[in-house]
Amino acid sequence: MTGRSTGAPILAVEDISLAFGGLRALAQVSFDVREHEVRAIIGPNGAGKSSMLNVINGVYRPQAGAVTYLGRRRDHMEPYEAARLGIARTFQGLALFKGMTVLENIMTGRALLMRSGMLAQALWLGPGEREEIAHRQRVEQIIDFLEIQAHRRTPVGRLPYGLQKRVDLGRALAMEPKLLLLDEPMAGMNVEEKQDMCRFVLDVNDEYGTTIVLIEHDMSVVMDISDRVVVLDYGLKIADGTPDEVRNDPRVIEAYLGVKH
Amino acid sequence: MTRRIGIVVLLALLAAGLVAPVVLGAAPGGFYIEVLLGGLMAGVLYSLVALGFVLIYKASGVFNFAQGAMVLFAALSMARMGEVMPIWASLVLTFGIMVVLAVLIERLVLRPLVNQEGVTLLMATLGIAYFLDGFGQTIWGSDIYKLDLGISKEPALILENVFEGGILVSREDVVAAATATVLVTFLALFFRRTAVGRALRAVADDQQAAQSVGVPLNRIWTIVWSVAGVVALVAGMVWGSKLGVQFSISTVALKSLPVVFLGGLTSVTGAIVGGLIIGVGEKMAAVFLGPWMAATFGVAGGGIEDWFAYVLALVFMLFRPEGLFGEVRIDRV
Repeated sequence: MTGRSTGAPILAVEDISLAFGGLRALAQVSFDVREHEVRAIIGPNGAGKSSMLNVINGVYRPQAGAVTYLGRRRDHMEPYEAARLGIARTFQGLALFKGMTVLENIMTGRALLMRSGMLAQALWLGPGEREEIAHRQRVEQIIDFLEIQAHRRTPVGRLPYGLQKRVDLGRALAMEPKLLLLDEPMAGMNVEEKQDMCRFVLDVNDEYGTTIVLIEHDMSVVMDISDRVVVLDYGLKIADGTPDEVRNDPRVIEAYLGVKH
Repeated sequence: MTRRIGIVVLLALLAAGLVAPVVLGAAPGGFYIEVLLGGLMAGVLYSLVALGFVLIYKASGVFNFAQGAMVLFAALSMARMGEVMPIWASLVLTFGIMVVLAVLIERLVLRPLVNQEGVTLLMATLGIAYFLDGFGQTIWGSDIYKLDLGISKEPALILENVFEGGILVSREDVVAAATATVLVTFLALFFRRTAVGRALRAVADDQQAAQSVGVPLNRIWTIVWSVAGVVALVAGMVWGSKLGVQFSISTVALKSLPVVFLGGLTSVTGAIVGGLIIGVGEKMAAVFLGPWMAATFGVAGGGIEDWFAYVLALVFMLFRPEGLFGEVRIDRV
C-alpha cells in the first residue's frame, strides 16, 4: 500500500486527553490524518480507540487538547455538525435503524442533502419528487457497490450480521463524506466477510478518494490496507508510522503482539 | 407460538362480542349501529390523545404523562379566549400557546434530564401533569365552560329508509372524526416521506446513529413536542366542544393509557387501531354486556366503561406485552 499519493493533513488531533470520572481513556494523544489516506488506529481492548473516534466526531468533549479539521479548530463540535462538515462514521456494535428497511436506512444518510420543502416531500410534489428520485439513484449505486441489491426491501434486523455491517457502511457512504470513520468494521466477521469488507474499504478510498480512519482490533487486516498506523495502549500513543515500522516497534510487540496474536 | 394463538383467540372473542348483540337479537339494527358509531367516535378521540403519547415516546423514550393535562389546557385556553374573540382567532392563539408550552416543557424540564432513568422522566412528566391541571385553572378558572365551534348540536337523521326510525348521528362527531382522520393522515405522510419524518424515526431507533448522519437531536425533540402540543389542541378542541370544557377532560384523557398499551407504545397505527377497539369495545360492553350481566347474574351491571378498557388492555398485554403493533425488540446478547 505504500507509494500511493496522499495529500495534506485534513484532520489533526493534538494532546487530546479524556477521562470519565477518574478513569483515563486518552492521555495527550496526537496524530494527523492526510487527505486520501487510510489511517488505522489499533490497540488492545480498552486502549481508547473508540473514545478517540468519538472525540473526532463530537460525541465526547476532550478535557484537553485540540481537534483541527479542514484547517479550523473544532473542539466543540456536536455530532450533527460533524456530519454536516463531511464526517461520517460506522459503529462498532450495530447501530442501524431497526424499524427500517435497508433502503430506508441508507436513505437516512441523504437526509442532510435534501433541500425541498416539507410539504413537497410529504406529497411528492414536483421538486420533492425530483429530489427523492435523484437521491434514490445515488443510494441505488451504493447498494449495487456493496452488493446488497437482493436485500433492498428487507428490514435490517433480519439480515445476517455481516450484511448489517455493510448497510452501516452504506449509510455512511450515502452522506458522501470527506472523512469516513470506521469503528471495527470487521469485528465478529469470518475470513471471507473480512476480505469483502477490506475490498469495500479500499474501493471507497480509491474510487471516491474518501479519507478513512479505521479502528481495528485484528492487526493482520490493518497492516494490509493501511497507509499509516497509530497504536494506542491504555490511552497512550505508543507508536505511529507505516505498517512495517509499527510491526517492528518493540513497544508495540510488547504491548500488543506479545500478549496474544 | 402460544402467544400468537392467544392473540388470535382474543381477537376472535372480540369479534364475536361485536356481532353477538345482533345475532342474539338483543338490539334492533338501527340502535346497534348508533352504538357502534358512538363507539367509533369515542375511539377516534382516544386515538388522538394516544397519538400524542406515541409521538413523544417514539422520539425520546419519554412516557409523557402530561399529555392529558395538555389536552385540558388547550381546551381551557380555547374556550376562555373564545368568549372574547372569534373562535378562529382563539384557535390560532391557542395553537401558538400550545407550541410554546410544549417546547418550554421539553427545554426546561426534559432536556436537562436527558439520559436519566425512565422512571425519573416519568415522574417529571407526572409533576408537569399536575402542574398544568392546576395552572390551567389558575389562569382560566375552574368552572365548566362551553367551547362552541359553531357546529349545530342538532343530530342528523340518516338511513331513514334502511332502518326503522333511521339513525341519529351527531354532526359534531362527524366533524370530529373528519378532523382526526385528516390529522392522522397528515402525520402518517409526514413521518413516512419527509426528511424530518425520517430523521424522527431514526432518532426513535438509535439516537447516536441518528446524530452521526447529521440529525440535530435537540431540534427533532422541539419538533416532536410542538407536534404533540398541536395534537393535544385538536383533541382538546373536539373533546371540549362535545363534553364541555371541564377538569374531567384530563382524567378522561387517561383512558388513552390502555389504548397505547393495547396498540403499542411505538406505533402510530397502534394508537389508531387501539383507540377504535377500545372505543367500540367499551361502548358495546356498557350498552349490551351490562344489562346482560344484570339480567343473568343479578348484579347491578353499571360502571363497565370504567374498567372495560383497562381489562382489555391487560389481557392483550399478557400475550403481547409490546402491544398489537409495537416493535418487538430482539436484542442479540
